[in-house]
Amino acid sequence: MLILLFDTALILEKSILVIVLFLITLGVAAYSTYGERKVAAFIQDRLGPNRAGPFGLLQPLADGVKFFTKEDFMPNAAERWLYILAPGAFMFVACMTSAVIPWGTQLTIFPRPVDLQVADINIGILYVMGFTSLGVYGIMIGGWSSNNKYSLYGAIRASSQMISYELAMGLSIIAVVMLTGTLSLKEIAAQQTGFNWNIWYQPLGFLLFFICSLAECNRAPFDMAECETELVGGYHTEYSSMKLGFYLFAEYINMFISCTIIATLYFGGYNFPGVDPGWLGGFMGPIVLFAKIFFFIFVFMWIRWTIPRFRYDQLMHLGWKSLIPLAILNMLLTGAGVLLFEN
Amino acid sequence: MTLYLFLTLAVVSVITALLMVFSKSPVRSVLYLILTFFAIAGQYILLNAQFLAVVHIIVYAGAIMVLFLFVLMMLNLNSDTEPQKSTVWKLTAGIASGLLLVTLVGALRGSIQISTPAEANGRVGLVENLGRVLFTDFVVPFEIAGILFLAAMVGAVLVGKRDLQV
Repeated sequence: MLILLFDTALILEKSILVIVLFLITLGVAAYSTYGERKVAAFIQDRLGPNRAGPFGLLQPLADGVKFFTKEDFMPNAAERWLYILAPGAFMFVACMTSAVIPWGTQLTIFPRPVDLQVADINIGILYVMGFTSLGVYGIMIGGWSSNNKYSLYGAIRASSQMISYELAMGLSIIAVVMLTGTLSLKEIAAQQTGFNWNIWYQPLGFLLFFICSLAECNRAPFDMAECETELVGGYHTEYSSMKLGFYLFAEYINMFISCTIIATLYFGGYNFPGVDPGWLGGFMGPIVLFAKIFFFIFVFMWIRWTIPRFRYDQLMHLGWKSLIPLAILNMLLTGAGVLLFEN
Repeated sequence: MTLYLFLTLAVVSVITALLMVFSKSPVRSVLYLILTFFAIAGQYILLNAQFLAVVHIIVYAGAIMVLFLFVLMMLNLNSDTEPQKSTVWKLTAGIASGLLLVTLVGALRGSIQISTPAEANGRVGLVENLGRVLFTDFVVPFEIAGILFLAAMVGAVLVGKRDLQV
């Protein structure tokens, strides 16, 4: 009976955590669209959205209403089921990754300590890689099933780009794994106490990982899949209403998750020098982590509105001929370093 | 609980594998195959081999199947271009492969001792053990497989640069 009670409490705790995380993810993604426009406006010396609510703060809400009330159009020659399924698959994959991220240490305001991580699986970082590599299906299926050549071009571009950059991404993660000696994100975050962040040991690895995240999120300067000057709208040309909304929204979720992974792998996760993540009943950890995440989301936006888009062959050259050799070099250097200093 | 999960996954993998074979459209076949891979990855997790499950997803579902889809979409293969064989051909192929299956099952049934996961150590499929075993007991096959992959990669690059004078 006691075991049953304990299990129920655990299931309840995890369910609440999942729901809260889901809401936070959606909220951050929604307000990233607002943030993006404000940052763009700031960089281009404009005002940005300022009509809906104070400072335009209700703009994401207005956008949502607009997406839901638009006509849901479907091309005649589309593969019906796949066309409907694709945006959902994209959104689903985007939301799944947050399960293994350690958002903080423990909450102590409840009678029993609550771990701020949905699942501490011992291959956490590989789980993230797995879902990143599945993200491409939503784009590919959507682009193909629309039966439109521009959509297909976008889908093909996206898939080859994501596969190419996954290699360099994986290689730069291997360096972190060699350094920390674990695949579990919880342990990786816990090892970087105070100012002992991985960025100091992995500056090149971080740079590579960051560039690859930009490419994996289909963000400018690597947003070839939806390059509107060449491809109309890219893989979601034929989508409208909330299906299009799902695609756009999932991209912001991907961005949020990428920034979280960057913060966790290289910037200490919930650690900050002089700040105990256990303060405020354990809420200090998430606050620190979110501060880092928001900073990186800002950097993503900053890059988008500053750097022009690459040409497709340049993108491939960069991925295969610069990033992968550099990542292998970084891996070798890390291996040598681990061998020299840790044994 | 484990038994029910196993049965569910087994049924899903068999059904999706059959759908993959019988589907007329090549793209749908690939998508059904991806579902099969997911079901098989679930079986790995039930056997406590999380690493194998995730690598299975990353390599097969995340990379190889994407390339399959990529080629199918590039060549725009659909049910119209799929060659249709006559019923006699289908029947012949079905009987031939069925016989092969019977032979294989008959040959494997007596020769392999299948141990249940309950007997094995609970941590046997985890990364630490897997890495240790790969680099001690199986180091030669592991390195040979690595060289094979390298050769395949070099070969792929060479095929890609066919117009170059070699």
